[in-house]
Amino acid sequence: MLHFRPILMLFLSALLAGFLQVAGAQEFVAVPALSSHVVDQAHMLDEQQRHTLDQVLAEYETRTGSQIAILLMSSTAPEAIEQYGIRVAEAWKLGRKGVDDGVILIVAKDNTKALRRLRIEAGRGVQGSLTDAKSKRILEDVIAPHFRQNDYYGGLAAGVSALTSLLDEEQLPATAKKKAAAAPQAQQDGGWLNVIAPVVFLIVFFGVIMFVRRRPSNNLNNNTWGNAAGVVIGSILNEASQSRVGRGGGFSSGGGFGGSAGGGFSGGGGGFDGGGASGDW
Amino acid sequence: MKKYFAWLAIAASVLTLSSCGYNDFQAKDEATKAAWGEVVNQYQRRADLIPNLVNTVKGYAAHEKDTLEAVTKARAAATSFQITPEVLTNPEAFNKFQQVQGQLSSALSRLMAVSENYPQLKADTGFRDLQSQLEGTENRITVARQRYIVSVQEYNVLARSFPTNITAKIFSYPVKPSFTVENEKAISTAPAVNFGK
Repeated sequence: MLHFRPILMLFLSALLAGFLQVAGAQEFVAVPALSSHVVDQAHMLDEQQRHTLDQVLAEYETRTGSQIAILLMSSTAPEAIEQYGIRVAEAWKLGRKGVDDGVILIVAKDNTKALRRLRIEAGRGVQGSLTDAKSKRILEDVIAPHFRQNDYYGGLAAGVSALTSLLDEEQLPATAKKKAAAAPQAQQDGGWLNVIAPVVFLIVFFGVIMFVRRRPSNNLNNNTWGNAAGVVIGSILNEASQSRVGRGGGFSSGGGFGGSAGGGFSGGGGGFDGGGASGDW
Repeated sequence: MKKYFAWLAIAASVLTLSSCGYNDFQAKDEATKAAWGEVVNQYQRRADLIPNLVNTVKGYAAHEKDTLEAVTKARAAATSFQITPEVLTNPEAFNKFQQVQGQLSSALSRLMAVSENYPQLKADTGFRDLQSQLEGTENRITVARQRYIVSVQEYNVLARSFPTNITAKIFSYPVKPSFTVENEKAISTAPAVNFGK
């Protein structure tokens, strides 16, 4: 029993070390869950104001597909707001995948001057119009004057309208819904071609085979030709029927997309590269 | 019969290759290359901003010649550095790359510090825009470097741990260099403050 004690001690100390490590890792401020377009952890807005901004941003998302979110918090210390901001961007993944049209506006009310209190985190896809310089101007010329008078709601509302009008300048692909509305025409065109092409091909193919079969050729074995043709034609028919099934599947997934748009709010998988601007008021 | 053995051999080699992490090496090697591409891209973006910046500052603070020249020289050194694929496998070249970019960083930060003394320059909208673009690009560089460090770490763990290190030896996937804090010494020694100047 005695010689178990060192092992026990070792185990306990390892456990303790583990706890210490966890405590050390928790020094950084955690990224809050993305519950809506406006996450207010610092209670800078009342519920009515928060709801209004959320509505505006949600409406903008359904209209254009671009995702804009606002995060209000008290402090990001010990990290600077840029370091915290990229962590938020990586966790939330705002913006559509491949389009990367997400924007995050972060306010850390009680940050020190060195850590900065305002931040716009611009997705890769919107940096053509929402350049770093424009982000900086929105922060310092649009939002900061309101914030200096403690008018947080006014500043955020003005900032949002400046952001949306800049994003409207960007040539971004239409939303999934608009695409679905425009799609049937194009799909029908493609559809007819898909049906006609195999028929034309089959006619030509049979024609060639008939032609070859009718001519008694010197060293071509008719039998093998017939077999090969059968295999080839069979595979073509098979493929045609499969492609039709595939198209049907495509239609049903289009319907599913419309349904999901009405659900909760989550990031679309957009990428960020740290572009944007920081500011203060 | 011979055919079957050939197929069996191919199947066996595919199985052993995948269990030795050969495909992981492909994926992670590509990931580090992509991350590296982003790093180079952002450094290039910074270099492209500098001529405009230098010209704007010249308009208001022409007699800050030394600082302006230092930036121009550092930029020339940084852009003339040939970024070949070997940079990723050769720690010496990698250090050299880091060094020239670090010199440009410090020259630039001196220029920005100097520009604080010129209120007219600071009020210039062109300068303000350039300043915020430079600031944003510096942040992009930080993010790109951070992502490169993470991807290299993942790759290096694979290249050094057993049994995948054998695969690394056979197919020559060496450990890759990563970014370090450039001015380790400068950070650890407290800056001298001189009020006499």
